[in-house]
Amino acid sequence: MSAPTRLLQALHGGFGRFSLSSGIRYLVLIMVASVILVPIGYAVLGGFKSNNQLVGDPVSILPAPWVFSNYTDVVVGSNAPAFWREAANSLIIAAIAVTLTVGLASLAAFVFARMVFRGREAIYTLFVFGLLFPSAVAILPLYILVRQLGLSGNLLGVALPQAAFALPLTVIILRPFFRSIPAELEDAAVMDGCSPFGFFWRVLLPLARPALATVSVLAIVTTWNAFLLPLILLNGVDQWTLPLGVMNFAGEYTSDKARVLAFTVVAISPAIVFYIAAERQIVGGLTGGAVKG
Amino acid sequence: MAIIAARARPRLSSKRPSKWVTIGLFLVPVVAFYLLFVLFPVVQAAYYSLFKWNGLQPLTNFIGLQNYSTAIASDTFVTAVGNNVFIVVLSLTLQVPFSLFLALMLNRKFPGRAIFRLIFFLPYVLSEAVTGIVFTLLLQPGALIDSSFKDVGLGWLVQDWLGDTSVVMITLFVIISWKYFGFHMILLLAGLQGIPREIEEAAQIDGASRFQSFRFVTLPLLGPTLRVSVFLSMIGALQLFDMVWVMTGGGPLNASNTMAIAMFKAGLKNNQMGYGSALAVILFGFGLLVALAYQRFVLRRDVEGAVTAFNG
Repeated sequence: MSAPTRLLQALHGGFGRFSLSSGIRYLVLIMVASVILVPIGYAVLGGFKSNNQLVGDPVSILPAPWVFSNYTDVVVGSNAPAFWREAANSLIIAAIAVTLTVGLASLAAFVFARMVFRGREAIYTLFVFGLLFPSAVAILPLYILVRQLGLSGNLLGVALPQAAFALPLTVIILRPFFRSIPAELEDAAVMDGCSPFGFFWRVLLPLARPALATVSVLAIVTTWNAFLLPLILLNGVDQWTLPLGVMNFAGEYTSDKARVLAFTVVAISPAIVFYIAAERQIVGGLTGGAVKG
Repeated sequence: MAIIAARARPRLSSKRPSKWVTIGLFLVPVVAFYLLFVLFPVVQAAYYSLFKWNGLQPLTNFIGLQNYSTAIASDTFVTAVGNNVFIVVLSLTLQVPFSLFLALMLNRKFPGRAIFRLIFFLPYVLSEAVTGIVFTLLLQPGALIDSSFKDVGLGWLVQDWLGDTSVVMITLFVIISWKYFGFHMILLLAGLQGIPREIEEAAQIDGASRFQSFRFVTLPLLGPTLRVSVFLSMIGALQLFDMVWVMTGGGPLNASNTMAIAMFKAGLKNNQMGYGSALAVILFGFGLLVALAYQRFVLRRDVEGAVTAFNG
C-alpha cells in the first residue's frame, strides 16, 4: 500500500483509535472537559489554600502549604453549626417533597395509564401544561398563598409547592412505564380478589421500581438545588437551605475567599457524589432511557 | 341463561361505580394539590396584576391595566426583557449548535466516551446559585481567569467581567452555557442514538459525503429532539433568575436584570405586589408565545398532540 493511500485511510479513521480524526476528537473533548473541571478543581483546591496564596498566586494549581482549617471549620469547627443546620433543612425539604411528588404522581400516572374515561386526556394535559410555562410566574402569588395557609417560615411551606412543581415531569415519565405493564397481570390480580389499590400497591409499584428510582433521583436533584422558592418563602437564617446558605456565607466572608470556597465545595459534594452514583437514572430519566453505552 | 344473566348483572353494576370511585380517590387529591400550588397561583397573578397593592392590605385599589402600561414604559423592565431575549438568541445560535457538535462527537463508541459524558453533564446537577458563587470568585479582578489570560499573553482581553454594563450579559451567558450545554448534549445524544446507523451508511454508499449525509439524513431525523432542546432552552432562558441574582443581583445599574429579577424586586423588595404580578403575567405571556409556537409547528407531530387540547 502506498504512503498516500495509507495517509488517506488514516484520515478517514482507517486505523481505529490512533487515526488523526480521533486524535482531534480527543483533543477537543479534553479541552471541553477541562473547561468543566477547572472551575470545580479551583474551588476544591482553593479551599485548601490560604487567602494569601489565592490572591498572591492565583494560577498555581496545588496549595503550598496545604491548609486544612477552612474545611475543618466548615465540617466540625466554627462554621459547622450553620452548615449542618442548612444541610438538615435541605434534607428535610427534599425528603418531604420527593415522597409527596413520587407518591401523588404514581397515583395520577396509574389512573392516566390504566383507566379509560372521559376527560382523561384533558386532565393529563393540565399536567403537561405545567412543564410549558416558566414556574417563576407563580412565585409572588405563592408567597401570598403560603402565608394565608399559615406556612410561611415553615419548611413544609417550601416542600409542598416544590412537590407540586415536580409533579408534571414525574407524571409524564411514569405514565408510559405504568402502561407497559401487561393487562394480563391486572386481570389475574383482579381475579384473585385484588382491589384497584391492591393491584397498584402490591403489583404495579414493585414492578415499576426502576422508574420510581429514576423520578425520585430527578426530584431530589431539583429540590436540592432549588433557590428562588426557598429564598421567597423562608424568613430566617434558621430555616435556610444550602443554596441560600452558600450565598449568605459568600456575602458574610467577602474577604475570606478560601473559606467561601471550602464551604461551597462541602455544600456541593453531596450533589456530585449522588450524581456519580445515580448518573444512569438521571440521564435515563431525562432521555427516556435512550442513551446507551 | 337466566341464571347466568342474573349472576352477571350484579357483578357488572358493582364494577361500574368502583371505576369512578377509584378514579376519584386516586386522582382528585393529586389534581387538587396541583391546582392549588401550580395553576391557581398563575390565575391569582393575573388577578393581582389589576390592583395597586403592597401585598398586605385588602385588595381594594383596582387600577385596571395601569400596571401593564407602567411596565411597558419602564426602561428597567424593557432592558430586562431585552436581556432575556439576548440569552434566548445566543442559546439558540451558539449553545444548542455547540451541544449538537459535542453530541455528534460522542455518538460513536471509543475508549473514554462514558467518562466524557459523565464530565460534560456534571454541571447540570450543581445548583445555579452555587455555580454562580464559584464563578464570581473566579472572575474577581486579578483572580484565576484574569491571571490566566495574562499568562498566555491575552491580557488585553481582560474585562471587568461582572462590573461592566456592556460585558456582564455576555459573561452570564457563557456561565449559563457552562452549566447547561451538557444537558442539551445528552438530549441530542439520545436522539442521535435513536437513528439507525444503517440509514447514514446507506446514504454514504449512495455517494453522499459525510457532510451531506449529516445535513440531509441525520439532521432531519434529529428534528424532533432538536426542537425539544430548543424549546427547553428558550423556557429556561425566559425564567433566568438564580444565577443572575447570586452573581450580580441584576446590576450593575440594572444592566443584567431579567424579567424574573424585575418581578422579584418589585414584589418582594419594593412591596409592589400588583406591579410584580403584572410582570409575572408578561413573563407568562412570553412563555405561552414560545409554547404555542412550539405546539403549532412541532408538538403536534412530536408528542402525540398532548397539548393540542389547549388550542380550543
